[in-house]
Order: sequence, then structure tokens, then C-alpha cells
Amino acid sequence: MLTFSGRGIVPGVASGPALVSTEPISGFGGIDPARGVVIEPRHELFGECFTGTVLVFPGAKGSSGWAGFFQSTRLMGTAPLAMVFTTVTTKAVLGAIVTRVPTVVECDRDPTCLIRTGDRVRVDADAGVVTVLGGS
Amino acid sequence: MLLTDDEKRMRDGAEGAAVAAAMDLLVRYGEALGAERLCETRNVAGTMTQPSPAKAKLVEEGGWAKAFAVINLDCDEDIDIPPMKVPTCQLQHGFGADARGLTGYPDASIELQRDAEAYYSDKGVNILATCTPYQVGNLPVRGEHCAWMESSAVVYCNSVLGARTNCEGAASTGAASLTGRIPYWGNHIPQNRFGTHLIRTDVELTTFAEWGLFGYFAGEAVGEGQPVVTGSWSQPDLADLKHFGAAAATSGGVELYHIPGITPEARSVEEAFANRAQPDAIGYGPRERRQVYERLNDQGTSTDVDFVLLGCPHASLEQIEAVARRLKDQKIHPDVQLWIMTPPALRAAAARSGYDRVISAAGGRLLTDSCPAMSKAAPDGTRVFVSDSAKQVHYLPAILGIEGWFGTLDECVDAAITGVWRGELSPC
Repeated sequence: MLTFSGRGIVPGVASGPALVSTEPISGFGGIDPARGVVIEPRHELFGECFTGTVLVFPGAKGSSGWAGFFQSTRLMGTAPLAMVFTTVTTKAVLGAIVTRVPTVVECDRDPTCLIRTGDRVRVDADAGVVTVLGGS
Repeated sequence: MLLTDDEKRMRDGAEGAAVAAAMDLLVRYGEALGAERLCETRNVAGTMTQPSPAKAKLVEEGGWAKAFAVINLDCDEDIDIPPMKVPTCQLQHGFGADARGLTGYPDASIELQRDAEAYYSDKGVNILATCTPYQVGNLPVRGEHCAWMESSAVVYCNSVLGARTNCEGAASTGAASLTGRIPYWGNHIPQNRFGTHLIRTDVELTTFAEWGLFGYFAGEAVGEGQPVVTGSWSQPDLADLKHFGAAAATSGGVELYHIPGITPEARSVEEAFANRAQPDAIGYGPRERRQVYERLNDQGTSTDVDFVLLGCPHASLEQIEAVARRLKDQKIHPDVQLWIMTPPALRAAAARSGYDRVISAAGGRLLTDSCPAMSKAAPDGTRVFVSDSAKQVHYLPAILGIEGWFGTLDECVDAAITGVWRGELSPC
């Protein structure tokens, strides 16, 4: 079983299908919180819905509205189940906190290379462990 | 994270439930970042008044106190909100009354925002209503710890002013406004403020649109790095660096750059890199310039222009004057709307200076508070828009599903008068 060891920054445990982006994700102008969908036209996840997924991505980019946009996904019921990202920035960290989903960062190996979209993934942010339970 | 006695008292409720919630959020946030401590700030620029569907629902449930608790403090308790503890300003938000009826932007949002302004100004929030607070009354000094949102303002604050802020959000600025604290992390720490990449432009940068184009390249090249920029230019001004930073913060996540000899923390390239080994320079020549121009301009096919948007980030008085000069005794094409976004305070100055009259006589509008990207609204029926802002051309097609062209101010004004986009990359 593929396991990653990282640092949990928002506590909790969640399992679900992974949605993986190798590109950073933008909040404002990047997602539509009403639908939980990536809307940046040139983004590899353009048109994909992240609601109920374990969102695996390198980090945040773009506007400081990042955290507010992901907070809106929580308030509108379109949030991801959990987050796994690599680069610790104020935008992404605050975003994870106000989205209130289990979040693990700084894994020992690059999760965006090794986890595939559709893999079933368990995020244990209390232990700082991400496990791929099965392939898609 | 290490807390001072004062901070522990705030956390434990000595200053009330809202301050305790604010300190709780700052602790969760600081620990998640890996910060060792908080630092004091007396300069907060955030957002509280911006309408959104989620916020409207919270206000309906429990008034503005509820909205502030949930959105600006990440707290679900019903708590009273005390006055701001430290100077706090409202950045850009939704359209105000001056834009009523010009777009499909809901009147209910204009009313909600007016209501919010009354509530928050009573709490001591300065309603600057702009993405460029540094133009209109919030000009930090070098070294000052700030808690700012708005990526284009953050990069200006760090780079041009030499003050220190991370790219904060609505919740962290809300918490800072009630405590006067923010995590001492990232850009607050002097050792983190040196260059990570070297970019050399071989193109002479002559206009703010050129600086914007170059900034868009720089952001793509360094991502979240801290570029040190060298090359040839005449003295850059506020508008040049405003557009450079905004574009670099849009295509990448640049929060701090140095231009040796120009920006305050780097007298030389050596100083920008802390006298350590310098990375190989990333070159920006005619080929790179053309590539980035074409990338920005691959979002349109129609050259029939409906809408010209200037003032992203919000226009300086000098930029407004430049538009007025070009529009004097001209008429904007009847099928085109031309808007210039500016802070309310500069709109007042533009009116006193006669620019507003000239722009209005030509059929254009000087508007405040917001922009089409923030408010997700353009004039009804807009299919093709043009702008002299790389940032707006990056965002608006994604947000509104319209086509966009990027060019110089002259090209944008030409499109406004003729209704046709004739922009092309000038030889350099």
C-alpha cells in the first residue's frame, strides 16, 4: 500500500476518491464555489468538480481570495473531503483551515506524481499520513 | 507557537469572545504555517463588506456580527464584534451605487454592501474601497509589519515600499484587526526576503503595459519565487510597478521582488541575493516577449469590441489624466462602453481636476470600489473586452466567459473610439 508521511495541519480523518492536479490551483477566478468546479480555462482540471474528493495539488496560486473562495465551498456544501498539498503558503494553509477539512502537507514524496485521479485515498491528518487504499 | 502574556490573555477571553476567537484562529493558522510566534501589526487591509451568496445568507441568519464571526474569524459562535483594535481598511469590494444599472450586478448586493459599510465603519474600518490602499491613505513605511490581502497590494507593499506582509486572507486579516497580531512567518522575517531568481530583460520597458507583460512573464518564470530584476528602463513610476507586480502575482504567486537601485531593500544585485551566489539569469528578450503576449492574447477571435476596461489595479490620478488627454474632443463608439476603475478618493480628485468631465463627455465612465472581475459583471451583452491590464485579461475571460485582448493604453482607447481591436505587439 502506498503511504505518504507528512504534516497534518487541519485535524481529522477522511477517505474518498482523489482528484489530482500537477498544477497549482487558483481560488478567485480559478474555482466556482457554487458548483465546486475548476473554471480556469487553461487549467488541467478545467471543468472538474472537486466536491467530495481528496484534492491533491502542489499548492495555491493567484489572488489572496484563495481562502475565502474555499471557505465558500464549505458554506455552500461543495467542499472537497480533504486536502493534500506540498507547498506551504499563507493562502493554501489559511484556505485549508477555513475549509475545515483534514489536511496533510509536506509529504515525504510528491503526492501529485504518485497518486492518480480516482485512487481511493485516506487522509489521516491527526497522524500526518496519507494512504492510497486502492487504484481507480 | 510561543505566545506572549498579552496574547495568552487575549486567547483566554480577557478582551471578550471575539478577540478570543481571533486569537484561536491565529494560533491554528500560525501553527499550521510552522510559525514560532506572532508579531504586532498596526496596519490591516482586508475585506468584510464584499457581498457574496454565502455572506448574504449569514447576514440573514444573524446579522453582520454573524458574517464577521464566520467569514473573518472562522468562528460559529454568536458573539459581539468589538471595534477594530488597530487601524484597518476595507480593500476593493463589489460595485457601489455609481455602477447601478450598468450591468446585471444585483441591486440587492449594492444594498447589502451599503449596509455593511455602515456596520463596519461604525466598528472603525476605513472604507478605502480599493485594491490600491497605498494610493489613498494607507502608505506603510519600510519595515512595518502589515496584514494585507489583495495580491497586487501585497507585492507592492513588500517590494516597492519595503514593508512586510504575507498574502493574507479574509479570516487572517479579520483576526489581525481585533488583536493587532499576525503570524511572524514568511515575508515578515528578514532572512526570507532575499532574491531567489534573477531575471534580466533585454527589452526596454517603456510603458506600464510593457511592465505588465514583463510581470506576467516573471510570474510564470518564478512561480512563488522572489525575482531580482535587471535590465534597461527609464525610471519606473507607480503605475509601472503597480502593473508589474499585479501581473507577476497573477501568473505566479510573486509577493516580493527586487529591482536593484530602485526598490528599497536592494541597492545592488549582490545585496538582493544577500551577497550569496547568484542564480543564472532568466532572459526576457523579444522572443519571450512575443510568446507571453501571444499567450495572453489567445483568448479571443473576434475583433468587434464591446467593452474597454482600464484601471486594474485601480488607476492612479496620472493614469486618469492620460485617458482624459486621449479622449478630449473624442466620442466613444456607440456600441462600446469604456470604464476606468479608480479608488473613490481619486475619483473625487479627478472630478476636481476636470478629468471626469472630459471622460464623461466622450462617453466613458470613471467608476470606483470594484472591477468587473471582483463583481463578476460587465456591461450587458459584452462578448469581447480589451484592457491594458494583464491581470484583468487573465481573469475576466475565465470569470465571465467572454473574449479578451491585452494591449497598450493607446490601443485600448483606439478600440473604444473605433469599436475595433487593432492591437499588435510593437517592435522593441
